Amino acid sequence: MAKPTTLKDHFRETRLFTHRTITALAFTVVLMLMLMIRLVNLQVIEHDTYAVLSDNNRVHIAALPPTRGLIFDRNGVLLAQNLPSYSLQVVPEQVDDVDITIEQLRQLVSITEDDERRFRKRYQSSRRFKPITLRTRLSDEEVARFAVNRHRFPGVDIAARLYRHYPQGSLAVHALGYIGRINERELQNIDTSNYEGTDFIGKTGVEKFYEDILHGEVGVQQVETNAQGRTLRVLEQTPPEPGLNLHLTLDADMQRIAEQALGEERGAVVAIDPRDGSVLVLASMPGFDPNLFVGGIDSKTYHALRDSPDQPLFNRVLRGRYPPGSTLKSFVGLAGLEYGVVEPDASIYCPGWYQLDGDDHKYRDWKKSGHGPVDLNRSLVESCDVYYYDLALTLGIDRISRFLEPFGLNDLTGIDTSGELAGLVPSREWKRRAKREPWYPGETLITGIGQGFNLVTPLALASATATLSTYGQHLRPRIVAATEDPDTGDVVDFPVVSNIAVPVEDHANWHYIIKAMTDVVHSRHGTARRIGHNAPYEIAGKTGTAQVFGIKQDEEYVEEDIQKRLRDHALFIAFAPAHEPKIAVAVIVENGGSGGAVAAPIARKVMDVWLLDKGHLHPKHAGKTP
Amino acid sequence: MSLLDTPVHDLGQRRRSLSQSLHIDPSLLLGLLLLSGISLFVLYSASGQDIDLVWRQVVRLGVGFTVMFAIAQLNPAPLKRWAPWIFAIGLGLLVAVLVAGEIGKGAQRWLDLGVFRFQPSEVMKLAMPMMVAWYLSDHPLPPTAKRLAVACLIIIVPTLLIERQPDLGTALLVASTGIFVLLFAGISWRLMAAFAALGAAGAVLKYFYFMHDYQRQRVLTFLNPEQDPLGAGYHIIQSKIAIGSGGLYGKGWLNGTQSQLNFLPEHSTDFIFAAYAEEFGLFGILILLAIYLFIIMRGLLIAVQAQDTFTRLLAGSLVMTFFIYIFVNIGMVSGLLPVVGLPLPLISYGGTSMVTLMAAFGILMSIHTHRKLLPR
Repeated sequence: MAKPTTLKDHFRETRLFTHRTITALAFTVVLMLMLMIRLVNLQVIEHDTYAVLSDNNRVHIAALPPTRGLIFDRNGVLLAQNLPSYSLQVVPEQVDDVDITIEQLRQLVSITEDDERRFRKRYQSSRRFKPITLRTRLSDEEVARFAVNRHRFPGVDIAARLYRHYPQGSLAVHALGYIGRINERELQNIDTSNYEGTDFIGKTGVEKFYEDILHGEVGVQQVETNAQGRTLRVLEQTPPEPGLNLHLTLDADMQRIAEQALGEERGAVVAIDPRDGSVLVLASMPGFDPNLFVGGIDSKTYHALRDSPDQPLFNRVLRGRYPPGSTLKSFVGLAGLEYGVVEPDASIYCPGWYQLDGDDHKYRDWKKSGHGPVDLNRSLVESCDVYYYDLALTLGIDRISRFLEPFGLNDLTGIDTSGELAGLVPSREWKRRAKREPWYPGETLITGIGQGFNLVTPLALASATATLSTYGQHLRPRIVAATEDPDTGDVVDFPVVSNIAVPVEDHANWHYIIKAMTDVVHSRHGTARRIGHNAPYEIAGKTGTAQVFGIKQDEEYVEEDIQKRLRDHALFIAFAPAHEPKIAVAVIVENGGSGGAVAAPIARKVMDVWLLDKGHLHPKHAGKTP
Repeated sequence: MSLLDTPVHDLGQRRRSLSQSLHIDPSLLLGLLLLSGISLFVLYSASGQDIDLVWRQVVRLGVGFTVMFAIAQLNPAPLKRWAPWIFAIGLGLLVAVLVAGEIGKGAQRWLDLGVFRFQPSEVMKLAMPMMVAWYLSDHPLPPTAKRLAVACLIIIVPTLLIERQPDLGTALLVASTGIFVLLFAGISWRLMAAFAALGAAGAVLKYFYFMHDYQRQRVLTFLNPEQDPLGAGYHIIQSKIAIGSGGLYGKGWLNGTQSQLNFLPEHSTDFIFAAYAEEFGLFGILILLAIYLFIIMRGLLIAVQAQDTFTRLLAGSLVMTFFIYIFVNIGMVSGLLPVVGLPLPLISYGGTSMVTLMAAFGILMSIHTHRKLLPR
């Protein structure tokens, strides 16, 4: 065994070993104490911090998006609703490879280029743990196919959502508007916390104007999630408050009649109840199906709409600024009476043209042969231009514009829907400011017949007509009558808002003009006589044509179209019954030609529905008529 | 030699207790059984109440205790004789695993023997202290400089082989089993300090002159995982949250949200201590550490009472290795030490390393129960 020379001193070795063992034990105890200090530090001193971190880990706040309010017409016809749909959502941080995931998903559900492009745009900008929608409105079959394969796609899930649907299609699209995905710019202007979980926002029309009311208040849910982000249970929740339902003043039946009456024409029809400013019809044709925009329109369809020469996306009622043409004569005539510069029975002679002193230019009447002797009544019935050249010159531009402005023709009407543009009543001051030029007398002349610088939207024209019909009572046009709480059924009526009334010098003057306007429709020579001879109620109206000054340089039309597009716009304003007005209408048919032949029959159809079919001519409780 | 081969009861027949004839140390057994019981409870909770996993752990514990009992029956004398051969076989296996090793978890550690797979480095955890103890035990201690140099060589060769797998954690652990033998053999502290300084200098030298940038980056992450909160740091951050949120009394059994909701990674294996700390708090930890300390003290007592140099050195080294497991694991889980993949002895779910540990306890029991009963 051991070599004899190396003697082991067992006693000494044992003592050495014992010492070393004691050292080892001490070493062990010291290190264990170190561990204990570390653990006391974590579990006692920093416990609160880590307890919060632990809760932050497991507790997540999930938004509960509110249900958007429904929109009804005045009779309860549903115009905008929410339908359930399933969409495919992706949580970026839980997906390893997005490209592969999308490719594999393609085998189960159809994903268009547009879907993918939209998704990728949002994928780059949104937070990693928030779900992003890849596809909306999955078919039942697609939902089933994905559900079976769901385990293959961590971070991808199906979410049940409500999407906006407009059951009447394109009907009243320019009044309702539509909703679409929230874009970058809108994101700057909204309370983002209230839009957690909401992808859509009102883009135009009532949907935009009443966004706050329709959207509601977001709810929150505290949920416990595991490390993979799956919700395990709800800890606490505040339910969302749904948006309020809107009841519009629009009448879907009249709206449909108006849109059908315009048919293939481009134009606008506005009907207002002069008694409370309710907009009954707000038609701009052609229209489009707002359902295309919900959940994203594909670019091809969008470009087709945008680039169409008929401009279906253009809201003619609110944004179309047309010369009022001869429809303005009612107002200018009234101005003449009110300012006392016109003797109603005094005639002037119309040779078919008019000339200013010291000017060779002949201002022509639409009737080349002339109207002969013309008094105020006849000037409106036959729409004599020469009479108004003379009257305008007598009044002067200052009095004309001062008189027209209270009718709201130089302002926004203030209607409660978005996108309205203001009309224009020219004045010296305006011309100096806008054109840096002085006012010329010739411009006063053409202002008198509603040409020149005058511009008016169909809505403002209808509103001014309503104001005329009620002897200067100027109500703000309104499109929403009431809100309704979907939970409680509480209805809140919106008040009628009066603008400053047009000052009235003498009621007889207004009565005279209204009488003359009934002659426009009901007398033998009236320019709108074709809608008057069989009317069971009295209509006051005025036709108009607005010259088209030319086509835009960059537009191309086939020759046939050029002829059509160079024709005058046809206008007609009317209210009925003439002396107890319950509806005021303005119609504009672009390149329609004659106001009496094209625009007036459309107005008649709309008024028939309201007064006859809807029974407003002879209300059942007739005792209260003022 | 012949004396050592003679069965104990042939020499002295006084006071032979049941535990002695079964070659069991009751104190150690009690400590190990307590740990096993805790392990099953914690595993049930940490695994998300996976009873199958608990049963598999029961089977492993069964295997472990069987191995321990079996080894306890062996006389330590043949163990000493076989030490060089076991060491040689271990070395051979390490070379084999480098040549023909199967890729397991990204590193070559496993050797597929057809019926089962095992890690040769586990063999080395026992073979190393046995070999060093065998080499030093027959000569006067403390060892001479020449003997010390050879012992260092014995330590370095397998350490480098394991490091090449690469498995730095196990390599350091295996090296430390040998170093503990040297410490118990009484090498001077001054020499030990010199070795430590040399090792540190070598590491620094390697870091600055012999590493690529990406390797340096790895070292930095290794030293400070929290600078990489989604990668290596994620483990340690979640682990600290689990421990810290446990507080004094813990969240209660089955109520640890960090482990139950999968925020805590490796919650049944390497990070089980965090799951335990979350549910049982500081008081639970005190109990656990008390059991560990009890086992260590008992083990060191066995070492002191051992009757020859080989068994003393071996016993001391095995006990201290057991402690190193505990210290490194808890230190890493609580963010005190860098993350190296060492399990918490007897609590973590897992097979091979537990069997090795139980074999070590078998050796301890064998050493203690095969003593020659000398007259007082």
